[in-house]
Amino acid sequence: MEPVSSVSGRAIPFGAKNVDTDIIIPAKWLKTISREGLGEGAFESIRAEPGNIFDDPESVGAPILIAGDNFGCGSSREHAAWAILDLGIRAVIAPSYSDIFSGNAVKNGILPIVLPQEAVDRLMEVARDGEPIDIDLDTQTVTTPFQDRFTFDIDPFRKHCLMNGLDEVALTLERQQSIGQFESRRADAQGWLSTGTNIYRGDHA
Amino acid sequence: MANRPRTLYEKIWDDHVVETREDGTSLIYIDRHLVHEVTSPQAFEALRIAGRPVRRPELTLAVPDHNLPTTPRLGPDGKRLPIADPQSAAQLAALERNAPEFGIRYIDAAAAEQGIVHVVGPEQGFSLPGTTIVCGDSHTACHGGLGALAFGIGTSEVEHVLATQTLLLQRSKAMDIWVEGSLGPGVTAKDLILHIIGEIGAAGGSGYVIEYRGAVFEGMSVEERLTVCNMSIEAGARAGLIAPDETVCAYLKGRPMAPKGADWDAAVAYWKTLHTDPGAQFDKSIVIDASNIAPTVTWGTSPEDVVPIGGTVPSPDNFVDESKRAAATKSLDYMGLTPGTAMTDIPIENVFIGSCTNSRIEDLRAAAKVLKGRSKAPNVRWAIVVPGSGLVKRQAEEEGLDRVFTDAGFEWREPGCSACLGMNPDKVPAGERCASTSNRNFVGRQGPGARTHLLSPAMAAAAAITGRLADVRELD
Repeated sequence: MEPVSSVSGRAIPFGAKNVDTDIIIPAKWLKTISREGLGEGAFESIRAEPGNIFDDPESVGAPILIAGDNFGCGSSREHAAWAILDLGIRAVIAPSYSDIFSGNAVKNGILPIVLPQEAVDRLMEVARDGEPIDIDLDTQTVTTPFQDRFTFDIDPFRKHCLMNGLDEVALTLERQQSIGQFESRRADAQGWLSTGTNIYRGDHA
Repeated sequence: MANRPRTLYEKIWDDHVVETREDGTSLIYIDRHLVHEVTSPQAFEALRIAGRPVRRPELTLAVPDHNLPTTPRLGPDGKRLPIADPQSAAQLAALERNAPEFGIRYIDAAAAEQGIVHVVGPEQGFSLPGTTIVCGDSHTACHGGLGALAFGIGTSEVEHVLATQTLLLQRSKAMDIWVEGSLGPGVTAKDLILHIIGEIGAAGGSGYVIEYRGAVFEGMSVEERLTVCNMSIEAGARAGLIAPDETVCAYLKGRPMAPKGADWDAAVAYWKTLHTDPGAQFDKSIVIDASNIAPTVTWGTSPEDVVPIGGTVPSPDNFVDESKRAAATKSLDYMGLTPGTAMTDIPIENVFIGSCTNSRIEDLRAAAKVLKGRSKAPNVRWAIVVPGSGLVKRQAEEEGLDRVFTDAGFEWREPGCSACLGMNPDKVPAGERCASTSNRNFVGRQGPGARTHLLSPAMAAAAAITGRLADVRELD
C-alpha cells in the first residue's frame, strides 16, 4: 500500500447516509479475481442517473469524498475500497463508518476520517462551492481556504500504518514466535480445538 | 482479572489475545476460517506473489456458494455441468485451484456437504462455541448463535488470517440486548431480529458486539439463534452472540468435525464457563419486549425500515430527522410505494426462500407447514426455495418437503446464496417485488431495480399463497 500523509484537493459533496457497499460496488462487479479497474462500476446505480454528482466534471478525479453516517455498511466486500481508490479517492470524510469498511479503507491507503455532523455539513458547503479541502494526517487536521480547522481522532496503529504504507501481514509475521507460543499454550489447555479439523477431507470431487 | 465479572464477549476475547500492543491493538488468534470464491482470489494471489504459505491450513475450510447456479450441477453422465457465466466460472475455478495449492480442505460444488458457508460451518461442527470464526463475508456474525465470536472481514484480512492465523483488532464495546417475555404464535426469530434492527437502527450496533440475552433466546433452537445473530451486521454490529447451552451441545454432538470422546467432554466443560458473569458491565444495554412484536416486514431499502404486517407504508413526514426524511422519500420512490398503503395491500410477483439467514431445515419446515395443500397465487410469477446446503436439501426431501413446495408451484433448487444477492443467475427483475427471507433490502441487491421485502419463511409462504404481503396468523 502507498503511504499517505496528506490529501488535498476537491471533495465530492455526496453526503448520503447509510450508503451500503452494494451501492458503492454492486455484486456483478465482484466476479473479478483482480483488485484493478473497479472504478468503472463504482456507485453504478447512482451514476445511471443523468446529472449525478460522481460524473459532474467538478467531481471527476477529486481525491476526497464526503459522506453521511454509517458509510460502507452492509457487505464486507473490500471491492468497495478498491472501487473508491480506482476513482482516485484517497480520503473519505463522514460522521461514522461501518467497522469493516473503515478497516478495509485503511488497508488500501484510504483515510476514513471521522468528524462530527456539523463539521461534515460545513465541509459539504465548501465542497459545493468547488473549494479545496486539505487533510493532514500527521497533525490530524482538516482545513479549508476559509480558515476552517477541524481536528480528528484516529487509532494510532492505523495512523502509523497509513503514514508508512505498512503491510500488516509483514508486521504480524515478525511476531511468529509469539503466535507459536500461543498455539502451544492453547494446544495444552484446549486440545479439543484441533481434534475435529483433520477428520473431514472434503474429497468429493 | 480472573475474579472480575466479565461478559461472554470479554471471556472469548481474553482467551484469544496473543499479545497486546502499546497502542491498544491486540493480535487475536483465529480458530476457524471459512473461505468462499468471491472474497478470496485476491488474498491467495497476494500470498502467491509474496511467496507466503498458509500457517495452519487445517483451520480453514473452503466452500463455493455465491456464484453457483442453483440449477442441477451434474449432467446425465454424472459429470459436473459447465457454468455459463465465464466470470463466475473463472472465480469458482480459482477457488478450486487455490484450495489444494495451499493445502486447504475444499468442499466441491457437487458434494452433498456443499452449501452456504454459514450453513456448512455449524452443520459440519466446524464452527464451535468459544471459538473465533472469520470469513470474508459480513454474515459470519451468524455463527454467534453457537456462542462463537464470529465476524466478517475484508480480503486483506483474509490474507492476514491465511498467513498468520491472527488478526490485528481493537476490542469492540459490548452491548446487551435483553429481550423480555416471549414471542406470540406465528412470530419468529426473523421477526424478532427485524424488530430489533428497527429499534436500534442500521448503525445502532456500530462499534459493538451484541450479546442477546433473555429467556426467549434460551428457548430457541440453534437454527433460530443463527438467524438472529446472522442479522447483527444489519444493525451495524460486527458480531452477535448467544451464550452456548445444552441446546447447542445437543446440536453439535456427533457432527463430523466436532470433538469426540474425551475431547468432547473437555470442550463441553469449557463451554459451560462461557456466559456473562453476574455483575459484568456492558457499555450499552437495551431492553426489548417480545410480547408486542408482530410478524414484521420491511418497506424500504434499509433493514431498519421495518413495520408490523398490520401497519402501513410510512410517510416521510413521520421522520423528525431531515436526512431520514430525505432517505425515506428516495426509498419509497425506489420501492414504488405510496405512504398510507396497508402493507397487506402490497402485491408480490416473486418469492425467495433461502439465504444464510433462513435456509436451514427448520426454515423450510416452517414455510412448508404454511404451504401444505395450497398453491401460489397466479400473480406470483417466480417462487424458489434454495436450501442452505446439500444436507439440508436431502433432509427436506426425506421429509417430503420438496413435494410440498413443488405442489405449491415453487421451484426446488440446489444450494447456494442465490437470489439473496444475485451473483448467480437468480435475480429479481427490475421494478418487481420479492418477498424474501434474506437479509438485505438494499437498492439493487436482488438485481438492478429489484424491490425487496424482508420477512420470515412462514411469512414468505403466506405471501406466495395470497399474492401479496400477508399476515401468516390470519391464514385459516
